[in-house]
Amino acid sequence: MGGSLNMIGYGLAAIGPGIGIGLIFAAYINGVARQPEAQSRLQSIAILGFALAEALAIIGIALAFVLTGESTQ
Amino acid sequence: MIVAASATVSAEYSPPGPQSFELPPVFSLGGLEVTKPMLQLVLAALLVFGFLWLAARRESLVPGRLQFAGESAYGFVRNGLGRDIIGSHDFQKFVPYLVALFFFILLNNLFASIPFIQFPTFSRASMAYALAGLSWVIYNAVGMWRHGPIGYLKLQCVPSGVSPFMYPLLVPLEFFSNIIVRPVTLALRLFANMFAGHLLLMLFATGGLYLITEYGGAIGVVSGVAAWILAILISFLELLVQFLQAYVFTLLNAMYIQGALAEEH
Repeated sequence: MGGSLNMIGYGLAAIGPGIGIGLIFAAYINGVARQPEAQSRLQSIAILGFALAEALAIIGIALAFVLTGESTQ
Repeated sequence: MIVAASATVSAEYSPPGPQSFELPPVFSLGGLEVTKPMLQLVLAALLVFGFLWLAARRESLVPGRLQFAGESAYGFVRNGLGRDIIGSHDFQKFVPYLVALFFFILLNNLFASIPFIQFPTFSRASMAYALAGLSWVIYNAVGMWRHGPIGYLKLQCVPSGVSPFMYPLLVPLEFFSNIIVRPVTLALRLFANMFAGHLLLMLFATGGLYLITEYGGAIGVVSGVAAWILAILISFLELLVQFLQAYVFTLLNAMYIQGALAEEH
């Protein structure tokens, strides 16, 4: 079985953002369910929270590829 | 550490990696090697300026189609990002910066999905860091212009409502988080999203090709076609991510400017 330790690290690093994004959108859905008129105001907050939480997972996958310790030249 | 898998097929599949993003120079301009992402930056700047200038040229009270499109686009950033985030009092000074930033980043991101270009400019990290550096200069300069350097640093680093015993712990942390780390995360978010998305697309496209041609057989063709269908689906996801990242970069810029302009509690 082949692979890279970086990818195991990325898999572990994606747990946190996955849970975080689930919580953010759970709160958004709850908020809209209680008060549908607030949908557009809550949407920008939900998108902001999603992008901030997703950033950590994306940093994980990008650095998993970039930081292999091998030189490309 | 990479453990190579041994293959029993004729040619090895080399997966795409960071080396696939280093494009050869297109031409050389007096010692400076001009590469495709550099040309894309210039092209995006020209296109954004051209579109907005053409839309604003004939300002009639009943707008034509181009003017309406330009006004909708401009209004989206001016109202949703400028006025709602920075506040109706001082947002107007920053609207040109936010509008230009949003459409510049959006067009550069969309280059990843446009045929014959197909390379997201901000997958080159230096370009994302340059934009984040500009953003850092702007929000710090605005804060120092409004509050003076000491007052601005006090605003950013000393949280209100905290007993002074916590200051030795909190102040360096806040300084690090607000002044040092913000441009890094800003750039890294944009760069990593574009890099990862393009890498995924390249993986499915080249992997599908490898499976169909080199691996061969029924398994190869079926899985290769499945890889190509996934590539198409991920292209649509990438369109969403491109819009989102441009929006979030501009939104965070507006929030940092608003935080720098905020009054003392």
